[in-house]
Amino acid sequence: MKTVNQKGWFFVLPVLVLVAFNALIPMMTVVNYSVQETFGDNVFFWQGLDWFQQLLNSDRFYAALGRQFMFTGIILAIEVPLGIIIALAMPRQGFWVPVCLVLMALPMLIPWNVVGAMWNIFTLPDIGLLGYLMNTTLGIPYDMTQNPFAAWVTIIVMDVWHWTSLVVLLSYAGLVSIPDAYYQAAKIDGASSWAVFRYIQLPKMKTVLTIAILLRFMDSFNIYTEPFVLTGGGPGNSTTLLSIDLVKMALGQFDLGPAAAMSLIYFAITLLVSWVFYTLMTKDDAK
Amino acid sequence: MRKRSLIPILYIAFLLLPIYWLVAMSFKTTNEILAGFSLFPQTFTLENYRVIFTDPTWYWGYINSIIYVTINTVISIVVALPAAYAFSRYRFLGDKQLFFWLLTNRMAPAAVFALPFFQLYSAVGLFDTHLAVALAHCLFNIPLAVWILEGFMGGVPKELDETAYVDGYSFPRFFVTIFLPSIKAGVGVAAFFCFMFSWVELLLAKTLTAVEAKPIAATMTKTASSAGYELGLLAAAGTLTIIPGAIVIYFVRNYIAKGFALGRV
Repeated sequence: MKTVNQKGWFFVLPVLVLVAFNALIPMMTVVNYSVQETFGDNVFFWQGLDWFQQLLNSDRFYAALGRQFMFTGIILAIEVPLGIIIALAMPRQGFWVPVCLVLMALPMLIPWNVVGAMWNIFTLPDIGLLGYLMNTTLGIPYDMTQNPFAAWVTIIVMDVWHWTSLVVLLSYAGLVSIPDAYYQAAKIDGASSWAVFRYIQLPKMKTVLTIAILLRFMDSFNIYTEPFVLTGGGPGNSTTLLSIDLVKMALGQFDLGPAAAMSLIYFAITLLVSWVFYTLMTKDDAK
Repeated sequence: MRKRSLIPILYIAFLLLPIYWLVAMSFKTTNEILAGFSLFPQTFTLENYRVIFTDPTWYWGYINSIIYVTINTVISIVVALPAAYAFSRYRFLGDKQLFFWLLTNRMAPAAVFALPFFQLYSAVGLFDTHLAVALAHCLFNIPLAVWILEGFMGGVPKELDETAYVDGYSFPRFFVTIFLPSIKAGVGVAAFFCFMFSWVELLLAKTLTAVEAKPIAATMTKTASSAGYELGLLAAAGTLTIIPGAIVIYFVRNYIAKGFALGRV
């Protein structure tokens, strides 16, 4: 049981100051931009909620938002089950455990723009390994700069390559924390391997899976660098996810006001979904 | 060998394939790369690496990145330790709300906050310093460090704290000599995650630096566009960005395995 101790605030203060400095001041700037119109050098006019209204009536925003939800949905649907399957099949002890962990963590340690550049090289139709195999050896036409479907497949495979290990590592952590006695008891009762998974392993993995799914949701919903380097949002607008659209608006066209309004709506959506998810997943613990 | 070990093996092969391609390309001349497909370098060359190690704009990129990542990891862990302790041991006004608020800071679309960050750090005179990037990366690293450390501390029985008080330990002495060693694995895992996210983040690092503290990843994009599309050089630079990460996981591999075995992360 935790003791009530208001001194806790004193311990949390440094964290609070550092994070608030980075979070609140830029946030205030963004809120400011979202209600103003700018002409030339730092001349601002009050604009009210026009940008929000404009945005919520624009097809471009809904199209980008739709693509974003589709991307995140597909990513979660692939990475979470795949990560669990791989974690279940991993060795539990011995020399191979650290080897597996190190090799699996490797993709996560590569800077994001290098990941994009690497997959770009990897999928080039004439000279990339994957592109060459698909086009010349297997005879399947595959060119992500021409074909929207190929571009989508590429960004999804890239993300699966990049981040499935996060789910694997966290699920694995949950699995190895299960005491052997549980398995022995299940064996005596003659439980099938599905029953062991459903009633022993899955509940034990719940905490870490919550973290894994939340992290994957937030990060894939805000993904920017990798798909931008890989496809630049193309061909056409087919892979222009919400964040790419936002940057096009903010820096490309320098529409600060609409971009700020858009990022606030974007932030609110992420927050809402995460909050709903967080409450649902931790609901049982509170009881 | 059991049949199910096939799954991790296939997965690791899938992970290593693009990395192999990057490394293989870094040993090819740009002419060979553009001439057509080849599985192995035909004319093996170290020229791409020679350029990186002799040109200061290249190798300083690596040094800059390592400097700000190190500063960030140290700051994040030092401030996250007491906070995580408070979250795991005490209840105080607004603790749950505060904890969730910390998490929300991972959700802000960095792409849009880049410009306000630039203005903020220019205003306080930190623009183009290593400290600026290190502090900016605290935004997403501190919450994560608090989260991970809190999990590990929750696994340490409260009796440990109480026994130490009874034995007459002062709080700082208890924290450093008894508590810290018992969550060593957690500190290793948290530091690893801080290192990882600071090392791979580019958007903020690029926005907050110009010359003095420019990260390697930014050097890569600039050089690639100004000197034409030097694929070999790009591949070599990319390969080198993997190495510090690989060294770090090599050193913390036992902590990761052990730390994860502790249960909650």
